[in-house]
Amino acid sequence: MLEKKHRISMAEMTAGENATILLFQGGRTVSNRLASLGFTPGVRVNMTQNYGRGPLIVTVRGTRVALGRGEAAKIIVERGANE
Amino acid sequence: MNECHDTPLKTNTPPTFVNADAPLIALAGQPNMGKSTVFNLLTGLNQHVGNWPGKTVERREGHFGLAGRSVRLVDLPGTYSLTANSPEEVIAREFILREQPSVVVAVVSAANLERSLYLVAELAALDTPLVVALNMMDMAAQEGVHVEAQVLEAALGLPVVPMTASRAIGVRELLRVVEDILNGKQALSPHPPEVRADHREVLEKIEELITAYVPEPYPQNWAALKLLEGDAEVSRMMQAALPTKVWESVHDVLRAHDDAFLAVASGRYEWIGRMVRAAVTRPKIGQVGLTERLDRWAAHPFWGLLILTGILGMVFGLTFTLGTPLQEWFDGRIVAPLAGLASQGLASSPTWLRGLAADGVIGGVGSVLTFLPILVIFFATFALLEDVGYMARAAYVMDNLMHLMGLHGKSFLPLFLGFGCNVPAIMGTRVIDSWPARLLTILIAPLVPCTARMAVVAFIAPAFFGADAIWVSWGLVMLSLLALVSSGALLNRVIFKGERSAFIMEIPLYHIPNARTIGLLVWQRSLLFVKKAGTTILAMSLLVWLMSYLPDGDLNTSFLARFGQFLEPVGRWMGLDWRLTVALLTSFPAKENAIATLGVLFGSSPEAGLSNTLAASFSAASALSFLVVTMLFIPCVATVSATRQETNSWRWMLVSVFLLLAISVTAGAAAYHLAVFLGR
Repeated sequence: MLEKKHRISMAEMTAGENATILLFQGGRTVSNRLASLGFTPGVRVNMTQNYGRGPLIVTVRGTRVALGRGEAAKIIVERGANE
Repeated sequence: MNECHDTPLKTNTPPTFVNADAPLIALAGQPNMGKSTVFNLLTGLNQHVGNWPGKTVERREGHFGLAGRSVRLVDLPGTYSLTANSPEEVIAREFILREQPSVVVAVVSAANLERSLYLVAELAALDTPLVVALNMMDMAAQEGVHVEAQVLEAALGLPVVPMTASRAIGVRELLRVVEDILNGKQALSPHPPEVRADHREVLEKIEELITAYVPEPYPQNWAALKLLEGDAEVSRMMQAALPTKVWESVHDVLRAHDDAFLAVASGRYEWIGRMVRAAVTRPKIGQVGLTERLDRWAAHPFWGLLILTGILGMVFGLTFTLGTPLQEWFDGRIVAPLAGLASQGLASSPTWLRGLAADGVIGGVGSVLTFLPILVIFFATFALLEDVGYMARAAYVMDNLMHLMGLHGKSFLPLFLGFGCNVPAIMGTRVIDSWPARLLTILIAPLVPCTARMAVVAFIAPAFFGADAIWVSWGLVMLSLLALVSSGALLNRVIFKGERSAFIMEIPLYHIPNARTIGLLVWQRSLLFVKKAGTTILAMSLLVWLMSYLPDGDLNTSFLARFGQFLEPVGRWMGLDWRLTVALLTSFPAKENAIATLGVLFGSSPEAGLSNTLAASFSAASALSFLVVTMLFIPCVATVSATRQETNSWRWMLVSVFLLLAISVTAGAAAYHLAVFLGR
């Protein structure tokens, strides 16, 4: 598989795509809540549902989590990082 | 602990059964782990629902017998962690640290082990004995996940009991382990997570600085870790406890490591990874679970909304086709004969006493209670949807629409509940995690048309609009929702300055509903409603009755009538005469009182042609205006008192009342003049 490595926000991931979390740009409280739900730097996430607008569903550590588009836009991931 | 007089009174057990010396067990767990199911399984009806002192967070406590003695069980709020991100998290950790329960049972889900062990990672670092209830073994099997409890037990150094609480599997084993710990027969040697190597040094530095300053009962290393995690509550506490100089040096260290919370969280997840690696066998990749297949439809932005609309329609259909006949039966066969019986029984007593009993007490409270069948059906369908896991999808697909008001999907759930009754809707706003969003939802929730208001519409609309009544009713519901969205959007701009809280919500796996969980939820919500009817509504009914009776026992010349006449100029804007104004005033204790009042004012009962009398007395424009105002008017007394209770503020309660008063008067006047202009 050809791998393109680059940084995007989680909101830009397409459904079915995998990526690795790099960092959070949001506020501390939100980042803290995300971290306790399993969103930590280095973790692999799978975009379960993303229709390009509205909220999206992402699977992290086996849990489906719904995120607002605004929240997802503040999570930076590395696309296509291989397993 | 000896003087634990805050132990709530149990309604269905003699108080001698519960004593303060009974061992205390706390139930901890993240949301969606089946914690309530475990709690209900252990305590049954021996439970009390209240609030945590000074907080609007539900507190559930119960008791059960264990090897011949009574044990107290406290259900801690569902939390993802023990960091002070929400009041629930503060409550849970304060309880464990201060009350020091004999055992903490941590409920985790086998289907979701990694995430659910995060809380265990935090609990294991405290000194309280810990048991892991490995729940939802059936769902894990269904998803193809296999968890070996013994392997996990060895890795954690804590007892792990596999369970399927929804089918009462594993309870006996759980109780045996708890009993062994209480009797000191089971030794625990937990292997709690350590902070990652790259932050160990800084943690030691903080601990060194704060040593001897940490207030009781907080463990020193715990306080240091929470400081490193940037916990707001612990930071505030330590700032107060430390000499300024020391706090400044702590603060400097923390500022240099302000992303340490990520390292701490990652460290816990690395620990979890080591714990589950050997114990869990995952399914082959590519297997599509039931949840995913259902969510392709239920969480789709278009089909999801369509499904939601369908489900809403079905809930209302069921509620009204099943509930309305029941309500009428209840009203005709129980309340009315009871009122008659009271009048007869008191035949020899003064008229005022007869009126008080028949109209004040039975008429007021009784008519409210007739709504119970409708509410029970509504609560049951709601609880079913909640237990299956559908509600998270409803919140998800409604998120976009809720954005119009600066709210997000979670606010939809209490608003939906409001169609049944506004009181549980206002209580239900507790699911919303930010205070401004919650307050805004509380302020707009009374604009959701509840069953009682729909009953008034169902009586008045056919009298004036005949075959068009259904469209008028539909229009009134739409008008209410329009008022809800526009006032929500406006309030968001004006009061909350367009602030929006983060939408982060777990989407749980679908699962087979549990009858016991649903039954208890319906029971508790109904009980709450009945209690309100017996207290607040009773008091207000009596007051309104008194105002309508004094000074000479005739409603037409009573204080209430005079008050209505005094307000008539305002009523005129909306095309209402004093009688309709009085009817509105008496709708305050309970919305459907409006009809009863009109019955008294026109001297004809609702059964004996009141609708014809009304149709002859008022123009369609006045009737329309009356209906519009009824839909949007000041919420009923139960809702107002719930608002006061949940906002913990008289000011916000008054804001709510005046807001709805302004909306209803404006809309009523507009509707009246529009209708007159259009020649009705």
